[in-house]
Amino acid sequence: MTATVEVVSPGALSTLQDLGRPGWRRHGVPGCGALDPALLRIANVLAGNAEGAAAIEFFVAGPTLKALDEPVQLGFAGDFSLTLVRANGERTQLDSWRSVTLWPGDTLRAGSPRNSRCGVVAVRGLVAPLVLGSASTYMRALLGGYGGRALAAGDKLSASAMPLKAGMVPTEQILRRPRAPERGAMRVVLGPQADHFDAAALASFFGSEYQVSTEVDRMGVRLQGPALLHNDRGGEIVSDATVPGSIQVPGNGLPIVLLADGQTAGGYPKIATVISADLPRLAVAAVGTPLRFESVTVAQAEALAREHEAALRRLLSAIEPLALDGDVDLHAMYNANLVSGMIDAFDPR
Amino acid sequence: MTARLLDAGDGAVTIEFGDQITSQLVGRVAALDKLLQAARERGELAGVVETMPTFRSLTVLYDPLQTSRAALDPVLTALASQSEAAPAANGRRWRLPVCYGGEFGADLADVASATGLSPDAVVQLHADTELSVYMIGFMPGFPFMGDLPSALDMPRRREPRLRVPAGSVAITGSLTAIYPWQSPGGWQLIGRCPVPLFDAAAATPSLLAPGDTVRFEAITAQRLAELEAAITAGELGPHAWLAETP
Repeated sequence: MTATVEVVSPGALSTLQDLGRPGWRRHGVPGCGALDPALLRIANVLAGNAEGAAAIEFFVAGPTLKALDEPVQLGFAGDFSLTLVRANGERTQLDSWRSVTLWPGDTLRAGSPRNSRCGVVAVRGLVAPLVLGSASTYMRALLGGYGGRALAAGDKLSASAMPLKAGMVPTEQILRRPRAPERGAMRVVLGPQADHFDAAALASFFGSEYQVSTEVDRMGVRLQGPALLHNDRGGEIVSDATVPGSIQVPGNGLPIVLLADGQTAGGYPKIATVISADLPRLAVAAVGTPLRFESVTVAQAEALAREHEAALRRLLSAIEPLALDGDVDLHAMYNANLVSGMIDAFDPR
Repeated sequence: MTARLLDAGDGAVTIEFGDQITSQLVGRVAALDKLLQAARERGELAGVVETMPTFRSLTVLYDPLQTSRAALDPVLTALASQSEAAPAANGRRWRLPVCYGGEFGADLADVASATGLSPDAVVQLHADTELSVYMIGFMPGFPFMGDLPSALDMPRRREPRLRVPAGSVAITGSLTAIYPWQSPGGWQLIGRCPVPLFDAAAATPSLLAPGDTVRFEAITAQRLAELEAAITAGELGPHAWLAETP
């Protein structure tokens, strides 16, 4: 049995992403995948999926989704509101960091992320074909996802139908204490071409405030702030590999931080690399967000990566069943003829 | 030629052999890549996710949750010192059609006036040069090829284009490339090549690989249209572009 979810409105730049497509950089294919993998993993666990399943990543404005023929459970990660409109027209306002089951005819609109430009909606049992080992959408080369492109109104997503027996109500999941917004400096490891900048440029980089400019997408974030002058080694290098987090400094001196869809090689000197624990925060920072940079060693960055993962694991294990809390689940029970009983037939991991 | 290990965050390290575009460096990078692959297959580099060869360096991407630079660096340093500049790999030889100039090569006239050559001479120089594929990067299937004769040495455009059409054949410095996808780009456009350079369904998605050689063949706009139609119809697979072995 298949459940169908209709994209009533796609929101902004909504694409299917998973944890990425490693192994193809030598063919020019970037890793792709969710800009904030923690959001993807939380949304999936909320929806009862494996952590790394494909889900909908959106920017600035969330999608509106409708269940057509079968009930479908959605998981929401990121700070945004949910507007649930039941098939009978009843309207409920909810918050994210939980799952919601849509019954046929129900519609749910995800709002605009607060303090960030990104949110994730997971669909329980979403069916997404793998291309080069991943369902992630890479729009530049029309790879993966939904026809290699962003979702559009009228698109229909398929999910394996929930095995709900008559009279049973699915358990909703909730993350009661989502991560607090981090506000500290963005930590970076100097190099690989920090030697193209003299002490004054490095002092300017670490001593100044930069802002996320309006030129942001899944490939990179262009920063606004003091221009960084190259020293006499110049502003071009023979192209070498770039990675997510590479901070390129082109001729105009304004840094560009490469993200999941960033090119695999480049000819601009890279002053530093944003550490993996902080890159998601930078990648989803709203336009205008002030940023400062701080230098750490590789060993410190690796330790921070492990701490970041441990903190995420704690969050994932804090996801718990949502006790019936009023209208939403009661409504589901009315739909189910008031017969109690909970199932969770999907493996939650 | 000693290698330097350059920090690239907590998920990558770049092993750099030099800062030139030479076949010798490309060969050394390929040799190290091979050694590293063999070490991975022996299970000596657990946590390494992938490697990315370029003109002059090999970047090793790793998972900081599974390994660390402290564990990797001694192995990488030892492998780098073992790798020697290998003779150019016996790559495949390709013959790729290009329709030069006109609407397909918007910068051909500029290149001609900047180099003091006639447009025909530019085309002839470009098509008569046997080119090595140095690396694939920037975008899926994008081949960096060289060396062009110094008479064709051109800087990048001062204002990069926001939209370079897919299939554009472009030059800058001693290099030439084909844009497999529409994208922004700053190289000088001199022609259009209809050959698909990337196929995600193929066992090796990028048509070209480092070590391959490429020679271009000038074709008319009419021939370009015919080839595009035949490719769309599935009548011309990747093997159609292999040069006959001499």
